[in-house]
Amino acid sequence: MSDVTRRKFLGSAGMATAGLVASPAVLRLTALGAEAPILVGSLHDQSGALGTSGQPMVLSVELAVDEINAAGGLLGRPLKIVSYDPQSNIQLYSQYAQQLALKDKVAVVHGGITSASREAIRPVFDRFKTLYFYNTLYEGGVCDRNEFCLGTTPAQTVEKLVPNAMGKSGKKAYIIAADYNYGQITAKWMTKYCQDNGGTVLATEFFPLDVTNFGPTISKIQAAKPDLILSALVGGNHTAFYRQWTAAGMKGQIPIASTTFGLVNEPSTLDAKESEGIMGAYGYFQELTTPASKAYIDKLHAKYGQGIPYVSELACATYEGVHIWAEGVRKAGTIDRMKVIEALEGGISYDGPSGTVTVDKPTHHAIRSAYLATVHDKLWDVTGSYPNQKPLDTAAVCDLVKNPNDNQQYVVKI
Amino acid sequence: MDLAAIVGLNVLSGIASLVLISLGLAIIFGMMKIINLAHGEFLMLGAYATVLSTNHGVNIWFAMLVISPVFVGLVGILVERTLIRVLYGRLVDTMLATWGLSLFIVGLVTMIFGNTINGVPTPLGGFQVGAYRSDLYTPFLALVALLLLCGVVVVLRFTRFGLIARATMQKPDMASALGVDPDRVYMATFGIGAAVTGLAGGLLAPVSGVAPTMGSAFVAKAFITVVGGGASILAGTASASLLFGSINQMGSYLTTPVFGEVILLVAATLLIRVLPEGITGRFFRGSL
Repeated sequence: MSDVTRRKFLGSAGMATAGLVASPAVLRLTALGAEAPILVGSLHDQSGALGTSGQPMVLSVELAVDEINAAGGLLGRPLKIVSYDPQSNIQLYSQYAQQLALKDKVAVVHGGITSASREAIRPVFDRFKTLYFYNTLYEGGVCDRNEFCLGTTPAQTVEKLVPNAMGKSGKKAYIIAADYNYGQITAKWMTKYCQDNGGTVLATEFFPLDVTNFGPTISKIQAAKPDLILSALVGGNHTAFYRQWTAAGMKGQIPIASTTFGLVNEPSTLDAKESEGIMGAYGYFQELTTPASKAYIDKLHAKYGQGIPYVSELACATYEGVHIWAEGVRKAGTIDRMKVIEALEGGISYDGPSGTVTVDKPTHHAIRSAYLATVHDKLWDVTGSYPNQKPLDTAAVCDLVKNPNDNQQYVVKI
Repeated sequence: MDLAAIVGLNVLSGIASLVLISLGLAIIFGMMKIINLAHGEFLMLGAYATVLSTNHGVNIWFAMLVISPVFVGLVGILVERTLIRVLYGRLVDTMLATWGLSLFIVGLVTMIFGNTINGVPTPLGGFQVGAYRSDLYTPFLALVALLLLCGVVVVLRFTRFGLIARATMQKPDMASALGVDPDRVYMATFGIGAAVTGLAGGLLAPVSGVAPTMGSAFVAKAFITVVGGGASILAGTASASLLFGSINQMGSYLTTPVFGEVILLVAATLLIRVLPEGITGRFFRGSL
C-alpha cells in the first residue's frame, strides 16, 4: 500500500511540475478550446461508514477514465476526474454536488451510494442541469430524465433469488430485514416473489440497525420451522445474526438467502463456517470468470494492488456507467447535456465485465445481467446467470417517453 | 417446556451481556464519578484485540480472557494519565473529552484496520433442547458475568486495595493524610474499569459483528443500566441488568425486536421517573 502511495505522490508531483513547465501551452490550448479536458465528477464516500464500498467505485471511475484517455479521449479531448469524498455524510453530499455543478461545471457526475445520498444530490443536479449517473443497486422507482440509474433493482435480482432459494429448500419463508426504507421495501418484494411462486411467508421481522442480540429471533425462527430464511439485514451489528445463528448450530439446518450479504466483503472477513451456503443475487460478482470480468479485475489489481476491497456490483456498474456515458458522448458528438441524454436514450449497449448493459429508454435504468451465487469456502460460487434482465419494477410506474418531465421516486406498489 | 427453557436461556443471555457491558462503566462512574463516553470504544478495542490475536494464531480463550483485558486496561491507564487526570471533578469536561476520545479511537481503528466487519468463530458449539438448538457460549457468558460480579465483591470488600479504593473515593484528602496516594488509586481504578470493559469486548467478539463503530450499539444500553442501577456498583449493575435484560428479551420474543427496544427504553424512563436515584437509591442502600 505504501508503495502505491509513494508512486501516486511522485506521479502527481511530476505532473504538477510538468503542469508548471507546460502551463503556457495549456493556457493557449484552453483559449482555443480544442484540448481542454472534459471534467468528470465523482462523488463517492471514501471514508466513514460507507468508505469500504466507495473506494472500489472511485478506483473504477479512474480505471475507466484512464482507458478512455489511453484510447485518445473523447471528441479529441482528454478526460479529467474531479473527485470529492462526502465522508458518509449527507450534508457534504449536497455541498459537493453544488460545487461540482456550479464551480467545477463538470460534464457528468457519477456518484451516490445510499438512496438517501442520491435523493440529496438528485435535485441539485436537476436544478443546475448537470447530467447524473447513479450506478448503485437500489430499491427501484426513480423516474428522472436527467438521471441514469444503472444498478440492479429488485425485479432483476430478488425475482431470481427467491424462487431459486425456494426451489432448493421449500415454500415456507421467514423474512428478517433492517428497519428502514431499504429493508421495508425489500421485504415487500420478497413477500411478493415468494407468493408469486406459490410460497407462504410465515413471519416478517424488522430490526433497528443497533440490534446486536438475535437470541429471541433465533428461537422464534426455530419455533416457526420455516424452510428458508430471507434476509435483508444491513450493517455491522446485524452481521451478529449470522454468527449467533452458526453458534446455535442452526447453520445448515435452514438455508439463508440474502439481498445484502456479501455486498461489501463479509464472505472474506467472516469465518468460513458462518458464511458457507448463504445465497445471494447481484448484478456482478468479483468471482465471475468471463474474460471481460477477469480482464477488469486484473486491470484493477495491476493498477492498485491486490489489497483493494472486494469489487462488487457497486464498483462494476460504476465502471460500466462511465463507459456508457462515454459512448453517449461519442454518439452525440458533443458534451451538451440534452444531446447526450438523447444519444443515451437511443439504446446504447456496452459489453462490460458483467455482460451486456443496455440503457432502457423509458425508465433510464439498465437492462443488464443478474447472477445467482452461493458462498463456498469464503468466496462466491456463481451458480446461475440471467442476461438481459429488464427493470420491470420501475417500468411499471415510470415512462419518460410519455412523460419526459416526470421527476420523482415512485414507491412501487406491491 | 423446551421452548420455555430456550426463552429462559435468551433472557439469561440478555442479562449476562448487560452485566458484562456495563460493569466496567459502573466501576469508573460509580467509584470516580467520571462519565466515560468512550466506553463503547473500549469495548470495541477489546473485541479487536481478541479478533486480531486469534487471527494471528493465539488461542481464543487466552485472547479473550487475558489479552483483551490487559490491553484495554493499559489503554485505560494511558487515557487516565494523559486525559482524565486533569479533569477530576469536572463532570461536563470529562464528558466532552471522552466524547472526543471516542471519535479519535473510532477514526484511528478505521484508518488502521479499515471499515470492515471482522469476527472470530464462536467456540464451544451448540446443544439440543427437545426440538430447539442453542449455543453453549451463552451459559458460558452468564458464568463469566457471575464470576465478575463475585470478583468485584471480593476485591472491594476483602482486599486491602478494595478498602483503600473505597476510602479514597469517599474522602480523598483524608486517605491522602493517612499515607495513600490518591493519584495512584485513581489510576488503578480507571485501569481496572477499562480492563473489565476490555474483557467484555473480548467475550462479545465471537457473537458480534466486530467493526470500528460497534461501540455505539452498546454504549447507550450500558449507560441506561448504570443510571438505572444507581449508586452502588455491584447491586446496582446486577439488579438493573436483571430488570432490563428480562424486559428487553421477553419483549423481543413476545412482540418484535423493534418493540423489545421500545419497551426497554420506556421501562428505563419510568424507572428513573419513579426512582430518580436508580434502583439502589431506594433498595439495597449502602450495599456495594
